[in-house]
Amino acid sequence: MQELANIFIKSIFIDNMVFAYFLGMCSYLAISKTVKTSVGMGLAVIFVLGITIPFNYLLEHYILKEGALVWISNHFIDVDLSFLSFIMFIAVIASIVQLVEMVIEKFSPALYSSLGIFLPLIAVNCAILGGSLFMQERGYSSITEATVFGLGSGVGWFLAIVGIAAIREKIRYSNVPPALRGLGITYIITGLMGIAFMSFMGIKL
Amino acid sequence: MSKDSLFAKKNMKLLSDPLDDNNPITVQVLGICSALAITVQLKPAVVMALSVLVVLSVANVVVSLMRHMIPSRIRIIVFLVVIAALVILVDQVLKAFVYDVSKELSVFVGLIITNCIICGRLEAFAMANPPGKAFLDGLGNSFGYGIILIIVAFFRELLGAGTLYGYPVLEKLGVYDLGYENNGMMILPPMALVTVGVLIWWQRARNEKLIEKN
Repeated sequence: MQELANIFIKSIFIDNMVFAYFLGMCSYLAISKTVKTSVGMGLAVIFVLGITIPFNYLLEHYILKEGALVWISNHFIDVDLSFLSFIMFIAVIASIVQLVEMVIEKFSPALYSSLGIFLPLIAVNCAILGGSLFMQERGYSSITEATVFGLGSGVGWFLAIVGIAAIREKIRYSNVPPALRGLGITYIITGLMGIAFMSFMGIKL
Repeated sequence: MSKDSLFAKKNMKLLSDPLDDNNPITVQVLGICSALAITVQLKPAVVMALSVLVVLSVANVVVSLMRHMIPSRIRIIVFLVVIAALVILVDQVLKAFVYDVSKELSVFVGLIITNCIICGRLEAFAMANPPGKAFLDGLGNSFGYGIILIIVAFFRELLGAGTLYGYPVLEKLGVYDLGYENNGMMILPPMALVTVGVLIWWQRARNEKLIEKN
């Protein structure tokens, strides 16, 4: 249990998707103009990360990894399909996003109208594919750990985008030098937020 | 389109526009994730820029050749499959020839798949233009991307580690004897953001038509 809590906290604060690895920056910069839309996007990311990472974990452990196919027959002990992981992961992500979109549209029109427009964007959000690739690289030992990692990374991304959106709403009333307006100042603020988040690095878990 | 018009002035604009006025990173805001993460040193940045060059120009040509056959409803999936196949090729080549750099780039080679520059150019350009122009557009945009990568990596490596492409420039120049110290901050992730921010500032101060209206 403590192990899971560690992974959760670590993936939110220390290995924050945005500040430590710059994942999902494109949507982070494009959709952070108002707090309302950024909350929608953030929730959608938590949701999709929480679903796709366990799926890709199963894929990795029962199909792609070296020796993963032994559950079919012992002849496959040497088979290593991990070079296929990029294409498999992205296919899983794209199809799950599509499925989730259809399911939400059918069962919860209210949720669909708030999350719906963000879901198609998420298939090409690098935070999602990055989550799966980090899961593969760090080799989590169980599907629960992988899921917790996914949810934690999602929450970290959510915090980052809501934070920057709140700051951008305020900064609209400030006198920013013309050449820095918009994109430039957002980069610099994100850098400063990243410095703040670096203070979590000292935490030993 | 005849062969010689491929190098007409209009087409040359496809090559030169993305370098400044329509730069993928600083103006179109595409493909930022990888640009920031791998610019600690010049070498990974150069390798990354070359990988994107290969993937983007080939993907642009392939999609442009198939543009009349791709149903528009499933085009994103088609793009992703084309890109993912190319990225796997690039990844295998990197692992075979420059293993240490490939280790350093870690997941970011895989993330070329979701690099929005590629999807964005396929969607905006390759779907509507013939292969020759699409190829030039791919080249131009990857140069625009590469140039930012290299500028950012140049400053971060020089100021952060005192080396360039692994060569200890500052030590050879004897700057350390004058009491200079490396700025370790430049190696940390947040400074990548600030460096790009300053770069955008400089570019827009020089090129005023890019300034955003608030």
